[in-house]
Amino acid sequence: MTGRILEVDDLVVEYPGRGFRARPFRALHDVSLHIRPGETLGLVGESGSGKTTLGRAVLGLAPVTAGSIRLDGREIGTLSRRDRRRLSQDLQVVFQDPYTSLNPVMSVGDILAEPLRAQGMSRAEAGERIRGLLDQVNLPADAGNRLPREFSGGQRQRVAIARALAIDPRLIVCDEPVSALDLTTQARVLTLFREIQERTGVAYLFISHDLAVVRAISHRVAVMHRGRLVEQGPAAVVTENPSDPYTQRLLLSAPVPDPVEQERRREERHRLARARPESELAS
Amino acid sequence: MLVFFTRRAVAAVVLLVAITALAFTLVYSSNNNIARNILGELATQEQIDALSAELGLDRPLVVQYLDWLVSAVQGDLGVSFVTGTPVVDSLAIRLPVTLSLVTVSLVVAALIAIVLGIVAAVRRGWVDRGVQIFSVAAESLPNFWVGLALVSTFAIGLAWFPATGYVPIDQSVTGWVSTITLPVIALALSCIASTAQQIRSAVIDVLKKDYVRTLRARGLPEGAILARNVLRNAAPPAVTVVSLQFIGMLSGAVLIERVFALPGLGSLAVNAAIQSDIPVVMGVLVVAAVIVVVVNLAVDLAVTWINPKARIQ
Amino acid sequence: MSDLLPGGEPAAGPPAARRGVVHRFLRNPLAVTAAAVVTAVVLVAVFADVVAPGSPVVSRLDMVNAAPGGEYLLGGDGAGRDVLSRLVHAGRLTLLGAFLTVVVAMSIGVVTGLVAAYFAGWFDTVAGWAANLVIVLPGTIVLVSLFAVIGPNILVSMAVLGIMFSPNFFRLVRNQVIAVKNELYVDAARVSGLGDARIIARHILYVVRAPIIILSATIAAAAIVVQAGLEFIGLGDPATPTWGGMLQDAFANLYTGRHLFLPPGLAIGITVACFILLANGVRDALEGDESGARRRPPRARTAAPAVPDDRATEHVPDDALLTVSGLVVGYRTRSDEVTEVVHGVDLRVERGRIVGLVGESGSGKTQTALSVLGLLPEGGEIRSGHVALDGEDLARLSPRQMRNVLGRRIGYIPQEPMSNLDPSFRIGWQLVQPMRRARGLSDSAARAEAESLLRRVGITDPPRVMSSYPHQISGGMAQRVLIAGAISCNPALLIADEPTTALDVTVQAEILDLIRDLQRERGLGVLLVTHNFGVVADVCDRVAVMRSGRIVEERATRDIFADPHHPYTITLLGSTIEGAPLRAPLDEEVAP
Repeated sequence: MTGRILEVDDLVVEYPGRGFRARPFRALHDVSLHIRPGETLGLVGESGSGKTTLGRAVLGLAPVTAGSIRLDGREIGTLSRRDRRRLSQDLQVVFQDPYTSLNPVMSVGDILAEPLRAQGMSRAEAGERIRGLLDQVNLPADAGNRLPREFSGGQRQRVAIARALAIDPRLIVCDEPVSALDLTTQARVLTLFREIQERTGVAYLFISHDLAVVRAISHRVAVMHRGRLVEQGPAAVVTENPSDPYTQRLLLSAPVPDPVEQERRREERHRLARARPESELAS
Repeated sequence: MLVFFTRRAVAAVVLLVAITALAFTLVYSSNNNIARNILGELATQEQIDALSAELGLDRPLVVQYLDWLVSAVQGDLGVSFVTGTPVVDSLAIRLPVTLSLVTVSLVVAALIAIVLGIVAAVRRGWVDRGVQIFSVAAESLPNFWVGLALVSTFAIGLAWFPATGYVPIDQSVTGWVSTITLPVIALALSCIASTAQQIRSAVIDVLKKDYVRTLRARGLPEGAILARNVLRNAAPPAVTVVSLQFIGMLSGAVLIERVFALPGLGSLAVNAAIQSDIPVVMGVLVVAAVIVVVVNLAVDLAVTWINPKARIQ
Repeated sequence: MSDLLPGGEPAAGPPAARRGVVHRFLRNPLAVTAAAVVTAVVLVAVFADVVAPGSPVVSRLDMVNAAPGGEYLLGGDGAGRDVLSRLVHAGRLTLLGAFLTVVVAMSIGVVTGLVAAYFAGWFDTVAGWAANLVIVLPGTIVLVSLFAVIGPNILVSMAVLGIMFSPNFFRLVRNQVIAVKNELYVDAARVSGLGDARIIARHILYVVRAPIIILSATIAAAAIVVQAGLEFIGLGDPATPTWGGMLQDAFANLYTGRHLFLPPGLAIGITVACFILLANGVRDALEGDESGARRRPPRARTAAPAVPDDRATEHVPDDALLTVSGLVVGYRTRSDEVTEVVHGVDLRVERGRIVGLVGESGSGKTQTALSVLGLLPEGGEIRSGHVALDGEDLARLSPRQMRNVLGRRIGYIPQEPMSNLDPSFRIGWQLVQPMRRARGLSDSAARAEAESLLRRVGITDPPRVMSSYPHQISGGMAQRVLIAGAISCNPALLIADEPTTALDVTVQAEILDLIRDLQRERGLGVLLVTHNFGVVADVCDRVAVMRSGRIVEERATRDIFADPHHPYTITLLGSTIEGAPLRAPLDEEVAP
């Protein structure tokens, strides 16, 4: 045991350029991070920062050009499709959009049975397990017979979480799992994520563009900007006293639901912008 | 743009060579049949072999094709097995008939279909339903049957038009019009139906776009939005549809020419096919392939020109 | 956990999507009739020997071109054979040929399409190229030419036609599979450890099934027409009766037997029409499913059509720019019922104020904003209530009168910057055109004005942006352009519908600054629709909280944050996670 469930070292991801002899597009530049068992690492960044690419690379859905990804000390960045499949026992995913991440024509029960059956579980065993899973994510027991469309966004996301939990993974990659949800639902789903973690000791790589969401769920936070990791550290430090200028700008840009505090932050942001012109920050 | 054009033109030539090679392989692959068909069922194997050798059909297919290709590039498509006239000469007489039939039909059909499609999309309601019903009806009736019905009614019954024959436009404009009217109607009808449908859905798609709402919110008149923004954005699918119709009409013309006894490419092809006159068959295929490739090239360029994203790259 | 409460969510809807499609199909009388006719035609062809009144091949000299109604119900043909018997028997070869074409086209197209899409790579390139080559060939000309090789064997010709139609299946399957392959649920299945074969079987084939049925019916229809054409020009099998062959006979006897061309023509026409209607029926049934499955469930109740109430407009205070009173918005459904989404909203926007309209999805906030503009989506309408701008009721204006209000008196800032710019026109043109129309400016004056507007909204190089197309600029810049457009005709009121939701937070902050500055500079009234309380706290003077089509609380921003009254507002503000307690880093020793 290394004490680290996931280790990413100097990861580079390049997508082939479009067209003949086009230069490849480098989505990630030498990214290194790690996650310990039972820990949540929040990964925050704006669109195009590479945060989703990092999650997909860990899941084996993006090409690893250089560097290494180790799960429990075992290299997984360069596995074959076949070997990758066995990994699903340890590694699972919850995607952003609960409307497209569940096959609209399969019942919730079939959706949850899929990973179980893929692991060779019998139909009866799977049925038993599914009842337990639905209970775990606070869905009614009869939910298994219904189609995803019969559920609201928050409930669908619970189904997606149940699917991820089905085979007791040790790490779940959560790619913007609450971004498509309404405010009240968002808070409840985040609570569910925390409860499950405290109960099962699963680790999360929690990707979001929303600093407030990441702050609420993470033990540690990493900030991405233009394919690079610009800051990494305990949630309290990164989300309250960041040292990197980009993180500072990101933090001050997110409006807070408090008119007085927001006015103060706005002025601070303006002061910062005057002190550090855009071009300097963006470079 | 020039680079793009050159690349497309080269691709078109490659496509042309590929089509002719494929066609050549198919029609020449059974050399035994060709000689047998010409000589009839009673011919002996010796006679067949002798004719095959005489026509050069006993050589390897690749050699035959390259031979044909070299001549074809120089404008020589061989000589008819049956009549002995150069294939190019027959094509030169027949092509204008088919082209005038197809082009006139296409222009008529496209104009009507665009108007119908736009009106159906904008007005919806009963106009829309009417266009839909008309579309199903017109698509269901084979064009040659429509031709037969037209001949039966307007040429034989009412005697408004000649039933058959063709008068070239340089001989008599009125004669040309009277001989081509019924064929054009027969050929254009199903094309109007399917084109109007597709233009309708293209226009409806654009009308649902966010930017149309934003333009309305700026206070631009509906007519101006329709005439400029909607039509411009619905144009690429419409152009593609019309070009496919053009190619479809080449096929349709084969039958229409038969009904109205028009001396076009289609009737040339049918006679040649029945008589196993392979050089003529091949000639017709080449002409069809050239038309297809040229139309596609033109459409590619038009669509690219309309779409700024592609134009700028 | 209110999203689990039984009453909170409409968990209605049909129990299964698939059954929904079948159900919708069965409720479409045209489609059901078409299906019945196709079945009948097939049965008649199969049992032709039993159904036909006589022999299709026996010639009787006395019946040559005999008129219908006699011994031969539909008359005799040019060779003295019974037209009706031939018609019945002819269905066999015709349907068999069409079936063959569909089977060949489907087998080739579906397999190659699946492989090309799922595994991509060189096979996709080659197959795509081949499909492009085959699909452009004029079918009949090729078949006529190949007659020289094939001879009078119509089934072989139909098989060749199947090859020529196969690119249609190839393209359909390939595009559908690529679309499905990128769906998140396929990614999720892969992460769950499913193999390729299982993913294709479980997730992908299921999706392409219905489109394949539609295409098959369409191709069967086309194949029948092509086959009839071939037989008509004499390239069919002369020994077997076919509909096309009967038309050939009718053509040969055009002057003596004019009754001959109608029966086979109608047989072809009706069969083909039914195949097309069948395809349309399946498509309509699927589209009904699509709209139900994809969209979020509408969180509104169905109401009886409201009677437009004409109560007198309330007294409008002087500073009120926009006064919405008793606004009811409804959508007309297919069955002509009205679903109400806004149930009587009262709202005021004063000059020089930013009023936030905040709520969760489905609360009716966007519907309210769009009704002010008179730009509700198709089917939507103001059922009752008033929308008064400077005392003038906009809900009573004709579209033409409304056009003079839009742009000039009300500006609109949309949510999604990219999709709200016309991709085919340069940005300059899109800014200049409304100014020329609405303000009567000359082209050069409008251009100069557009440049200064763009500079005002923070674009550093206006001439370059104006000569760009939308796809060449970033989302943040596009939103600046749209803001410039919204204020270009000097409106007094701005309607901003989630203007920063699609933007990154750093850009959002800049855009909010811009909206605030412009509003102060020009003394605008702004109605800002948002779901984000941070945005409200940042820019709004007053805020109205909406829930299920009603405003539950409307007060000054500072007051509502300091002391929310309505329980729903309290719940909403309590759900914000900004102040949530932090989690301490895991202790190094605790980790196993």
